[in-house]
Amino acid sequence: MSATPNSTSESGNKTYEQIREDLIRPLHNNSFWNQVWIRFLIIVIVLGAVAYGHQLIKGLGLTAMRDYSAWGMYISNFVFWVAVSLIGSLISAILKLLTQNWANPISRISEMIALGAITMAGASIVIDMGRPDRVLNIPLHGRIQSPIVWDFFVVNTYLVISAILLYLPLIPDIAILRDRMTKAPKWQRKIYEVLSIGWQGTQEQWRLLKKSIRIMIILILPVAFSIHTVTSWLFAVTLRTGWHSTIFGPYFVAGAFVAGSAAVVIAMYVFRKRLKLQDYLTDHHFNMMNKLVVLTLLIYLYFNINEYLVPGYSWKRLDGDHLQELLMGHEAPLFWMTQILGMVLPIILLLFKPMRKPLPSMVIALFVLIGAWIKRFLIVIPTQFHPQFPIQNVPEHFTHYIPTYTEIAVSLATLAGALLIITMLVRVFPVVPIWEEAHDRGIHKIFKAEK
Amino acid sequence: MKNKNQENKNDSRRSFLKSSALLGAGAIAGAGILSSCSNEPESSGEKIKLLTASGELVEVDPSQIKKLRKEKLSELQERGREGLVGHHWTMVIDLSKCKNARKCMAACQGAHELLPYQHHINVLQMQDAKSTSPYYMPKPCYHCDNPPCTKVCPVNATFKRKDGIVLIDNERCIGCRFCVAACPYSARIFQWHEPDYTEEERNRIYDIELNVPQKKGTISKCLFSADRLRKGELPYCVSACPNGVYWFGDKLEDAVTNGTTKETRKFSELIKENAGYTYFEDLGTKPQVYYLPPKNRTFDYEPKKKFLEEGEYPEDKG
Repeated sequence: MSATPNSTSESGNKTYEQIREDLIRPLHNNSFWNQVWIRFLIIVIVLGAVAYGHQLIKGLGLTAMRDYSAWGMYISNFVFWVAVSLIGSLISAILKLLTQNWANPISRISEMIALGAITMAGASIVIDMGRPDRVLNIPLHGRIQSPIVWDFFVVNTYLVISAILLYLPLIPDIAILRDRMTKAPKWQRKIYEVLSIGWQGTQEQWRLLKKSIRIMIILILPVAFSIHTVTSWLFAVTLRTGWHSTIFGPYFVAGAFVAGSAAVVIAMYVFRKRLKLQDYLTDHHFNMMNKLVVLTLLIYLYFNINEYLVPGYSWKRLDGDHLQELLMGHEAPLFWMTQILGMVLPIILLLFKPMRKPLPSMVIALFVLIGAWIKRFLIVIPTQFHPQFPIQNVPEHFTHYIPTYTEIAVSLATLAGALLIITMLVRVFPVVPIWEEAHDRGIHKIFKAEK
Repeated sequence: MKNKNQENKNDSRRSFLKSSALLGAGAIAGAGILSSCSNEPESSGEKIKLLTASGELVEVDPSQIKKLRKEKLSELQERGREGLVGHHWTMVIDLSKCKNARKCMAACQGAHELLPYQHHINVLQMQDAKSTSPYYMPKPCYHCDNPPCTKVCPVNATFKRKDGIVLIDNERCIGCRFCVAACPYSARIFQWHEPDYTEEERNRIYDIELNVPQKKGTISKCLFSADRLRKGELPYCVSACPNGVYWFGDKLEDAVTNGTTKETRKFSELIKENAGYTYFEDLGTKPQVYYLPPKNRTFDYEPKKKFLEEGEYPEDKG
């Protein structure tokens, strides 16, 4: 494995050893703040778990959901997490198939986010169940006609494929870690030992690996599109105003790429700062990534116009009631804030190059991501307060929905859960693919190891 | 040497397995003997009086009583899913008669053990347009022939029976509430809290045709009183109404009976003569509850408050 340094290759002035050490160094970083961060996440998760335990005992009555708002924050969290998880397929699959090589250093970030997000999507749906003890009824008594059954299988499939897609390109890097991280704790070395599955970097191994990765990035595409399309169908197949829309599938997928891209920009910024990866996550990467954010936002804007203008123009009775409330009524401040701060303004700002620099674009991405969550909240909840028949003979608080502390605590725990998964992955694996980085910089030595 | 050792190890392992198997068999046999012994004596002299299915009063020893809970449950579920084959139940609600007595709601909530804000049937105050008079409208589940709710259920916990009733099985329901989202008529409720039962009440055998006992984290809804229909009686709401609002019957017989006057009429005639209608026909759900328009009313409409006030319902512990 002692590749002679190809000191000054044409495209970069770093040697392979330098790249390798730069990207491995963060794994040794067990700083005070790192510890604080992990403990903080664990505390949030524990608090959420306590709240959830309480909810298990007392019932979903501890949430603000009632008969007329039977779905609440948990379902919007679910939609949000599914949305964010789609980014893995956008960057690792779509951009790779389009040979957009600039995205190679961020592909692993996107895959890590995808894995964290899809895990929490699964958790959110179980959290929302009235009888989580009966979750096995889905495979046992599953009816293929129900979109929830489709969702159940497609979420699990996507979870597996995401994990594989994260793992495959990691193998050569894990082998490097196995050889280099000799001072790591025993459990960590064991992980490298097992997960590198005897990688030696022979030509045959490389051939197999590249082939497998290619198969996976093609396979993940239909699954990724299915997962969010099916999620949108949970709403679209009902007869409810505001949900029963034929464009919900592409509308959700477009929105998902927005949320995921914003998450990647934020993660890029954090890793660049905290892990000192300025030479690997450069301004160029931010520039390109933010152009991608604008592209996804523009597509999303297009679907938004379709989704609101068309029913807004014909103004059928219930459509009108729903839109009145959303655009001019009780939900209007939240709605317009989301649409403007989370979509329109970011598009305008990101058209200017200085705004695509790391710090400003990270701030913009935060707005986009928070907006993406609120948007899902606004898709899921207000519609339910416009049923065909008037809401009567129930307590008045059945006519609105304000999340309770239980819901907020549990939701924050899923956020902390996703962040913890990403944090732990980053603790153990290099966040930028070492071999791909070397390859992209024109260093080919590593690929022609022993025969 | 190494091999030898291993063999020894294997040997000892095998013999251990053998001996433990023997021990296990012995234990089972022993337990069997013990239990067969304990079955016969131990009669404390105490006897329980029981009424057999054929109407005889017999005395038995308490130790002889076997609990049939499991068998009974699956049997009830089985016949509950099958339904009363050869019928197609339908309801006609005469809006010209409804004076908002709410006896239907009370009877229903009593039978199904619901709280004051939980409605299988809900009497709404309706007004179709500013220029038309308001009226009261009882709204049960419409038992659609093309139900949007059963379609989306992931586990077949809500289903349409052969006699047209849309039922639920709260022993199977996973509480996803997709059916609540799918129902355009807001006919479904969810048990958000643990129902206020004693231990004994909670452990009753679940009657799928009554949906009692209610269970935390599952759905409940109007069942057309499937338990009463099995006994040949009219639904709770229908028989409770003092004003002759409800007609209930069988579409296959083309006959409906009024719950108050007990008059029986041809269903098709009743609908035709009175311009009967169903709700949101354009949705294609084919509701099996028909309305007769609120015409010729001779009583006054008194607007009532539309929401329950605090104190009218047990604290909604949220």
